[in-house]
Amino acid sequence: MINKLFNKDLKVINTGISSFKENIEKEGAQAVQVDWRPPVDIDESVWDIINLNKEKIEEANQKALQIILGGKPVLLGMDIAEKVIPGMKKNLILHSGPPIAWERMSGPTRGAIIGALIYEGMAATPEEAEKLASSPQIEYAPCHEHSTVGPMAGIVSASMPVFIIKNETYGNIAYCTLNEGLGKVLRYGAFGPEVIERLKWMEKTMYPILKSAIESLGKIDLKNIIAQALHMGDEVHNRNRAGTSLFYRAIAPAIIRTSENREDMAKVLEFINGNDHFFLNLSMPAAKATLDAAMNIPFSSVVITLARNGTDFGIRISGTGEKWFVGAALVPDALYFPGFTKEDANPDIGDSAITETVGLGGFAIAASPAIVQFVGGTAKDAVNYTLAMYEITAGENNIYQIPYLNFRGTPTGIDVRKVIERNLTPFIDTGVAHKNPGVGQVGAGVLSAPMEPFKNGIIGFAEELKTKN
Amino acid sequence: MIKGIIKKGEYFDSVTLMIVSKEINKIAGVVDSSVVMGTNENKAILKMAELYIDLFDKSDDTDMLVVVSAESEVICSEAIKKVDEHLKQIRNKSDDSGDFNPKSFEGAVKQMPEANLSLISVAGKYAAAEARKALKNGLHVMMFSDNVTIEDEIGLKKLAIEKGLLMMGPDCGTAIINGVPLAFANVVNRGNIGIVAASGTGLQEVSSIISNLGGGISQALGTGGRDVKKEVGGLMFIESIKALENDPQTEIIVLVSKPPHAEVLEKIAAEIKKLKKQVVAILIGGDAKIVENAGAIAAKNLEEAAVIAVALSAKKDYKVDLQKLAERKAKNFVIAQDLAKNNKGKYLRGLFSGGTLCDEAQLLLRNSFGFTYSNTPLNAEYQLKNIWKSEKHTIIDLGDDEFTAGRPHPMIDFSLRRKRIIEEAKDTETAVILLDVVLGYGSNLTPDDELVPAFREAKKINPNLAIICSITGTDKDPQNRAKVKAALQSAGAFVAETNVEAVELCEGVLGECGK
Repeated sequence: MINKLFNKDLKVINTGISSFKENIEKEGAQAVQVDWRPPVDIDESVWDIINLNKEKIEEANQKALQIILGGKPVLLGMDIAEKVIPGMKKNLILHSGPPIAWERMSGPTRGAIIGALIYEGMAATPEEAEKLASSPQIEYAPCHEHSTVGPMAGIVSASMPVFIIKNETYGNIAYCTLNEGLGKVLRYGAFGPEVIERLKWMEKTMYPILKSAIESLGKIDLKNIIAQALHMGDEVHNRNRAGTSLFYRAIAPAIIRTSENREDMAKVLEFINGNDHFFLNLSMPAAKATLDAAMNIPFSSVVITLARNGTDFGIRISGTGEKWFVGAALVPDALYFPGFTKEDANPDIGDSAITETVGLGGFAIAASPAIVQFVGGTAKDAVNYTLAMYEITAGENNIYQIPYLNFRGTPTGIDVRKVIERNLTPFIDTGVAHKNPGVGQVGAGVLSAPMEPFKNGIIGFAEELKTKN
Repeated sequence: MIKGIIKKGEYFDSVTLMIVSKEINKIAGVVDSSVVMGTNENKAILKMAELYIDLFDKSDDTDMLVVVSAESEVICSEAIKKVDEHLKQIRNKSDDSGDFNPKSFEGAVKQMPEANLSLISVAGKYAAAEARKALKNGLHVMMFSDNVTIEDEIGLKKLAIEKGLLMMGPDCGTAIINGVPLAFANVVNRGNIGIVAASGTGLQEVSSIISNLGGGISQALGTGGRDVKKEVGGLMFIESIKALENDPQTEIIVLVSKPPHAEVLEKIAAEIKKLKKQVVAILIGGDAKIVENAGAIAAKNLEEAAVIAVALSAKKDYKVDLQKLAERKAKNFVIAQDLAKNNKGKYLRGLFSGGTLCDEAQLLLRNSFGFTYSNTPLNAEYQLKNIWKSEKHTIIDLGDDEFTAGRPHPMIDFSLRRKRIIEEAKDTETAVILLDVVLGYGSNLTPDDELVPAFREAKKINPNLAIICSITGTDKDPQNRAKVKAALQSAGAFVAETNVEAVELCEGVLGECGK
């Protein structure tokens, strides 16, 4: 049996000292280098219980993956947050990421809350708003716990208009506010008069026009738009130009048909046209609706949520349900706007990592050569980031594809076990907010998620398994 | 002044890190430095080297520790910055191709589905898991890593046998499969001689001599030194013999090992009895009767094993060649007389990088000059009290753990040997310095550049000192044996063809000096 090797070309997988691989190649044989790193140090009892349940976990993960792949998110309509978001009320503010109290909130989150309270007419000045925000009168909860997602600070208040996205396969709903554009905007923690004015315009003018247009169409298939956008150079997190354009094509005639004020319609269309990130607030709830259907599958180690609140990075795992596992959020490596540096940057923030969780964003960056300057400058860097993510996912997407990789499906369904075993965390595209309230966006870039939430996650997952055995 | 930092989540292999710290030590004002992963083993080494700082309490296995001891804080900080630069360079170099390196065995298999051998050199505590994955996926394994438990070794070897796969190692430094040298191996001719070895440098020496004599290697299989111990019971040694017996390209089988455990030796002998092919065995320092009775030709040393194998492979009478070796001894006597001229020293100082070559030198010397002092002596009474200081006739293995803790192997890093050469030259009682220079992949690519300045300085200190080297390697090795030989000779060293010849010359010189 050993002898069979002697009749074949030697093909080596080299794990460890990399010069061994080079030497093998010099002698004319083929070798692959494993970019190995030691697994994250986790108590052996954790692995014992996980390995004991290996088959059940594999089965559960395949089930979770099939649900994620089978999800069909469509834009169904729009409404005001208070009327549709479960549990939403006047004195409740939703924020991105895992739960957090005012005391620990980051600058941009606080800034956006100040802006939201002014917008809601609950405070007249930033000082007043801050006082109110830190009082028990205002309650806070993560968007994610209210079927909602929000980019950056992710602040949602009662009278904000929201998109309603339905997962047609499984019937669940997700919500998201409208994207305000770049620069000084609420989601980056800015709260000046121009921010409030824009929000008001969006509520009073844009929302009714969009709402009637969407209603006239019945629904807009977001999965289809995302799949096309990937073929057009978006990864639908940091680049949404193609997605926004496709959405524009779908919505424009409907706006013309359903609205009357020509100037308002033009402004709405110009607003969408002028904001490359408009589609982000649709790709995010599409991802959320897709993933939520795979929540609470016993034994599944697939990650359903990755989210940051500017202070903490939190994850939720299918098999452990609503429970958050958190660790400190990191400051991204970024390209900064002129005049800003890493010193100005707030730690990672926003629910937008939901795109990575569903196999888009950083996981699909190989589809987006236009933004490779965020990842080192060459298209190959981008491809390598996507390739690395296949090593921590349960499978590959059936609809979302990477043209450059011969239309291979994007890596989908993060398996917390693989993250720990390979010591490799999800790769996330992100915008960067100024650490102080009121300033806004200072850059955009990428980062690898911190390990701590995954470490806590696998321990929590193992504990959950113990209760089942 | 000691300063250190923790780099969270950074990972490089130990060889890379040791090369970096070697570079840092070259900076003026730096006393010592270390760049290691934060394992408990490494922390213990840092403590011994007085390079441990309290900050490191907070680190774990997956963190990289950087520490510099230097004359001033400024130099410390500068040196730490340099570490980053070196690592960046190395990372950029390895990323040069831009090709994707998979992050795991599973990822690698996807990239190369027809892979048939897994070469593993990660830290011992992780190596067994990697090997198990490979074997389960039907890949042969060569495990360079050491510090793997004997239970794991036995388990892995049993699994391999069940699956009909090779499980070479743990601690297998050398193998040549289908003509491809793996890890620390030489570029040799291909031919009809197959080797099974439980000794890495033993394999390198035998395969190189065979090639230099015009013979060739079909396959050279390593088992790791522990395979022939009682616990493992020669599991892979015997499987490897069987594989060579069944290999049509192999006509002669050479077995190389330190003396196996008695029970294992019985098993090997029983296996030899079954073979149709001719077997040459070299059990370094062991009783060869059992294998002789089983039908093998027993060689007295590594060189003899190679000479016999080459003669057999050419269907010639090996006794003629053994006779020639005996005659060489007489010729070398004249050279020894010359090397001993005006030599006022009395003692031999052997500074080895290959453990098996060190053992062989001690065994040969025992027959002529008795036991020698060593860090790995044949006789416990001759244990050096201080391994950093030679006594009388001393032959040390600088590849042994005491010398390599926190440092690259002496086949890669010559700094310890260079230092020791100068120290021995300064000792007026030193008559001969004996060295092995092991070439091939894995070893230092410019051993001549490392040794020539040291030899010149030693000769300046003591012009009558004899320096005798053997070179393990071939002209096809990346270092080129002929080139290295010429350089060492030009620096005043005498270069022997083999370790055995080098020792013979030493004996001659010592005999003359004693007169």
